[in-house]
Amino acid sequence: MSTRTLPLLFINLGGEMLYILDQRLRAQNIPADKAKKVMNDIITTMFNKKFLEELFKPQELYSKKALRTVFDRLAHASIMRLNQASMDKLYDLMTMAFKYQVLLCPRPKDILLVSFNHMDAIKDFVKDTPSILSQVDETYQQLIEMYTPLSNGEFQLIRQTLLIFFQDMHIRVSIFLKDKVQNSNGRFVLPTNGPVPRGTQIPGMIRIFSCSGEELTRLQFNNGGNYSSALREGSFEMFGNRVTKLGTNMYSVSRPVETHMSGTSKSSAQHTKVNAAPNPLAKEELNLLARLMGGLEVQKPGSTDTGFRVNLFATDEEEEEALISRPNELSYGVISIQATKDQQANAELTKIMGEFTESGDPSSSASSKGDDLLAMMDGL
Amino acid sequence: MFHKEKSIQLKNSASALYNNLSVLRIAPRRLTYFTVVHANVVNMVSTSWDGLNYSHRQLQSKEPNVATSTSLIMQAAFCALPSRDLLVVSSQKGIQMYESDGSIMVYWHALDTPEAPTAHAVFARGISAVSDNYVCVGVSSGAVLVFDVPSKGSNITLSEVLEEHKEAITDIASECSGSQECLANLVTADDGGNMCVWKSGEEFQLLNKIPGLDMTCSSVKLWKGTVLAGYGTGQIRLYEAVTGILHAEVNAHARWIYSLDIAPFSGLLLSAAEDSFVRVWHLSITPETNSVEIAHLHNECVTDTQICGAKFCDGDGYAFAVTGYDLSEIIRLVACWE
Repeated sequence: MSTRTLPLLFINLGGEMLYILDQRLRAQNIPADKAKKVMNDIITTMFNKKFLEELFKPQELYSKKALRTVFDRLAHASIMRLNQASMDKLYDLMTMAFKYQVLLCPRPKDILLVSFNHMDAIKDFVKDTPSILSQVDETYQQLIEMYTPLSNGEFQLIRQTLLIFFQDMHIRVSIFLKDKVQNSNGRFVLPTNGPVPRGTQIPGMIRIFSCSGEELTRLQFNNGGNYSSALREGSFEMFGNRVTKLGTNMYSVSRPVETHMSGTSKSSAQHTKVNAAPNPLAKEELNLLARLMGGLEVQKPGSTDTGFRVNLFATDEEEEEALISRPNELSYGVISIQATKDQQANAELTKIMGEFTESGDPSSSASSKGDDLLAMMDGL
Repeated sequence: MFHKEKSIQLKNSASALYNNLSVLRIAPRRLTYFTVVHANVVNMVSTSWDGLNYSHRQLQSKEPNVATSTSLIMQAAFCALPSRDLLVVSSQKGIQMYESDGSIMVYWHALDTPEAPTAHAVFARGISAVSDNYVCVGVSSGAVLVFDVPSKGSNITLSEVLEEHKEAITDIASECSGSQECLANLVTADDGGNMCVWKSGEEFQLLNKIPGLDMTCSSVKLWKGTVLAGYGTGQIRLYEAVTGILHAEVNAHARWIYSLDIAPFSGLLLSAAEDSFVRVWHLSITPETNSVEIAHLHNECVTDTQICGAKFCDGDGYAFAVTGYDLSEIIRLVACWE
């Protein structure tokens, strides 16, 4: 649908990822200098000029599988390591958080304000590093340039495209359940009270006009909710009060990140079965992914000593347990590059992926490229 | 005044698209068909009036002769013409027309899709039967395609392209088929809230343009010469079609309206929005005296659901059906007045 959705999806998901990682780094008492390096490395990679250039090109949204691959890479853009179970959980949290924000935006264009909230927080993470700060500032400019001229209808198309991407995801997130913004069946609470969006009147009035335009009658009806007037407009510029809280950091050390795997509704399982069908990535998608990944320059760790593992669960045992007990239909699936018929795109992607090989990766069997790399990608 | 009946389960959930529910009543066979779009699939359910039999069918948007590509569907709607009923599916790649039970595809029209994606998305959206033998479908460029449909067979042809809108078409509506004579029988609406009023014929005639106020008109209906328009601001406006005179304005919903429907025999109006509410109104229009009355009758809240489709199941408005984003069922409500 909309060909301008990917930058918003990427920046908002990336922002959520940074909130979560920041919380976990502090919860695990990772030394401040290492934690800062992780955050800086990831943000530098996220806002890499070449990568963003590809991202901002008009294109259809990627599949969930393809986007997950991009975030896998991003999460490993530094000395931090994440096991499969933690990576799964991280991605669950990121996607459910952004789904929530998209659903609750009062107006479609408020998604841009949500994006600015994430950008503001990212800017704060790197405020002491001028080089990265300038990359972030440039991205603000690109966002403003691309999105502020769009009409309401075009924003709604972007929102509809995002909602298709998030369709049928009902993973329960502890923090949402506690705050009562998500029900126990995984669906978000949509309140019928609160401020109406800017530009909308509180429902309740019917006005009848004469042919000459004068008001003849005014009638009231009961709107069944409890609405109040709209809040003031948020800032769509580089700085300013965004007004909406959607997209701001909801985690802190005392509010841990948890998801519940059990009890996910049957219908979501049905749908994800359709998605996870063993089809190879479409050739088009593979090409796009290759171009995008080409821009993701990853730093190789100096030595395996400086690397460390972050766990998104409370204990290692919990993490292992989560991996074993994750329902099949909720696995994000591997991109089976071998199955693709397009040898050229395949080779291109393999080459790029090859550049990402970290020496400390325990799953790498041999150092030669080709089949072993494919096997390693499949093992992701 | 309306009570819930047993919901119809769908094979998958409804996508957040405007006017995402279409209903076709087949009286001779005592059946009702429903269609709901999920991404690149059209879910069809056929239900018997006694509530005992349900059958499902899924149509995937795959253009013929193109191996693996799929595309997202923007809308699926039944077009009831005097001689035949069609199911029209509009997607990013083009327009498909099927026999109303979805069994055979009778026509395919490809949109001009560019080699590489452009900043402006390309898709078809907005579907309506017009007069005795036309089906009109809107395009993201603002064009409205007019197809000439013979009383049977697949010799459907593109008869005209109407180019008045500059923004993507959102919805199209018509009234007066068969014996009725109408001055205006077609209205087309776009992303900017602009509307065009037409008279069908071998060459469609533009009768009036109603300017939008930069706010999307997502759903539109035409009844007794009056345009009923639902907007992204949650407002419903009633305009006299040929003159553009504003008759009524309703602050109807707290969020973007996704669907409007009218029961032509009783004047019942249905409006549904992202705010979880479906509202039923009663319209009274006397074209001769130019008088319009609108009264609010009923609210139905579908908890925690952003509604994307709401349609009456019959011309009197005795029953209506509702779909919502992420909901895998069609909710049904039936009137309980005497």
